[in-house]
Amino acid sequence: MALEKQLELGDREEKVRKQTAVYVYEAPLRLWHWVTVFCILTLGITGYFIGSPLPSVPGEASDNFLMGYIRFAHFSAGYILAVAFIGRIYWAFVGNHHSRELFIVPVWRAKWWSEVWHEVRWYLFMAKTPKKYIGHNPLGQLSMFCFFVIGNTFMIVTGFALYGEGLSAGSWADQVFGWVIPLFGQSQDVHTWHHLGMWYIVIFVMTHVYVAVREDIMSRQSLISTMIGGWRMFKDDKPD
Amino acid sequence: MAQIETFYDVMRRQGITRRSLLKYSSLTAAALGLGPSFAPQIAHAMETKPRTPVVWLHGLECTCCSESFIRSAHPLVKDVVLSMISLDYDDTLMAAAGHQAEAALEQTLEKYKGEYILAVEGNPPLNEDGMFCIVGGKPFLDQLKHAAKDAKAVIAWGSCASWGCVQAARPNPTQAVPIHKVITDKPIIKVPGCPPIAEVMTGVITYMLTFGKIPELDRQGRPKMFYGQRIHDKCYRRPHFDAGQFVEHWDDDNARRGYCLYKVGCKGPTTYNACSTVRWNEGTSFPIQAGHGCIGCSEDGFWDKGSFYDRLTNIKQFGIEQNADEIGTAVAGGVGAAIAAHAAVSAIKRVASSSHKDQGEQES
Repeated sequence: MALEKQLELGDREEKVRKQTAVYVYEAPLRLWHWVTVFCILTLGITGYFIGSPLPSVPGEASDNFLMGYIRFAHFSAGYILAVAFIGRIYWAFVGNHHSRELFIVPVWRAKWWSEVWHEVRWYLFMAKTPKKYIGHNPLGQLSMFCFFVIGNTFMIVTGFALYGEGLSAGSWADQVFGWVIPLFGQSQDVHTWHHLGMWYIVIFVMTHVYVAVREDIMSRQSLISTMIGGWRMFKDDKPD
Repeated sequence: MAQIETFYDVMRRQGITRRSLLKYSSLTAAALGLGPSFAPQIAHAMETKPRTPVVWLHGLECTCCSESFIRSAHPLVKDVVLSMISLDYDDTLMAAAGHQAEAALEQTLEKYKGEYILAVEGNPPLNEDGMFCIVGGKPFLDQLKHAAKDAKAVIAWGSCASWGCVQAARPNPTQAVPIHKVITDKPIIKVPGCPPIAEVMTGVITYMLTFGKIPELDRQGRPKMFYGQRIHDKCYRRPHFDAGQFVEHWDDDNARRGYCLYKVGCKGPTTYNACSTVRWNEGTSFPIQAGHGCIGCSEDGFWDKGSFYDRLTNIKQFGIEQNADEIGTAVAGGVGAAIAAHAAVSAIKRVASSSHKDQGEQES
């Protein structure tokens, strides 16, 4: 933190990249990340089994509650995900400037777009060396916004609209999110789009994990350990 | 309005006793979800209020709403409510026909201007200036607009008038539209279903006559008292759903045991209606009780959501008929393959560049 603050006084873009270690992800942000990982895993698996239930269980109905438990896990994880996301939005206001990268994408900056293009070239094996970044690289930032922020918001909104149906009319979820149902047409449509949203998140997770592992190996800074310890380590002292 | 008979007058004229009226009032209070204290209120309204004229129009429809309505469980509903409201205008049920019938409509619209309730069964087609549905030599569209102009309130009977139903299903050649697309300046009470339950229909009318106002509606304009919950919420097979016991195939043992029909496409979880509480034909049964899943007939566009027998229904926005899982697995598979290919190229490049670097270091 102190190291970074000091650097902000100078020409940030140039000097920042020469550092070997910077504290990027503060503890609440890291906690949020891993809570969200746990929630998305739970939601994806239970959600899939709500859409396509497991084979029927034998015995009396009163002795079993499998679908009930699956739905309970889904709704609980959904609540935790949503509350954690609200906490994450709060943290964007009070956290360090990296905590705002997820929500504020500088699409108005030409320089930022040229760096997006550089990252695209890096992924297409057209650029030899990647650039150094303390926070997200511009392409990563753009993807995080499009896939995660939009995807997660969509799932929370449609999810609570569907949850409100179970809570019945007049419940808080119905009052806050009930408008979503007629917007899509009817309940079945919201179910379908919520289900499709799961696949959107699955694709995000696949890409996110792959890119994190790949960047950890091939880029010039640490990725995975940063989300555990919070410190960004740079592998070389060369500029940029 | 003084010359108009009250409901009770009509009942007495038809030989119905006061005792029967009170029974009907209690039953209706129960059906509307009101407390026992409301039964005298209903009876009082029936005794004192002049009957409200109802004009019942038929557009593009199959008359299943009328068929349902005349099978209302309690005989009084049929004998009293139906006979009274159909007297004014209902071209399929009234005695008059042709010019006489049309004259009766004009007379009612004129005489009870701003007082009558307009009930619409079916919907207007807009294509070719409404020529796909002609009533009395004129497009139904014109008749509907004309009758709606001075109506106090409008009831949309069934899924046709409420959502469009089968004639508005893709590709909808006649451009049939729900009535709220044509009538925009009047409160519309949607009573969807294909058909709606008879007791729901008579219940809505009785509520309006008793309290002199339209029932409380949900966001989509349906009376909350009958459309406030899904079939699934009050389904007698719900314990099997929660337990995870499903009919896997038609005619398997689970079907015989009466397990939940969720996996064979029951739309109970997404359908708002009173079938699982009020049931049909004097409370005898309803689709799920008969062993078939709910098809969601009271929901918007239910014809266009793919098979009645699939849990995950199709998404037509893409032009091809695929459900969310088919689309999802295809895209996820594609992304997975792309990741594998990208990882392979990355690894090869890395090996190549590091061996190149090694060579360079050896040379220097």
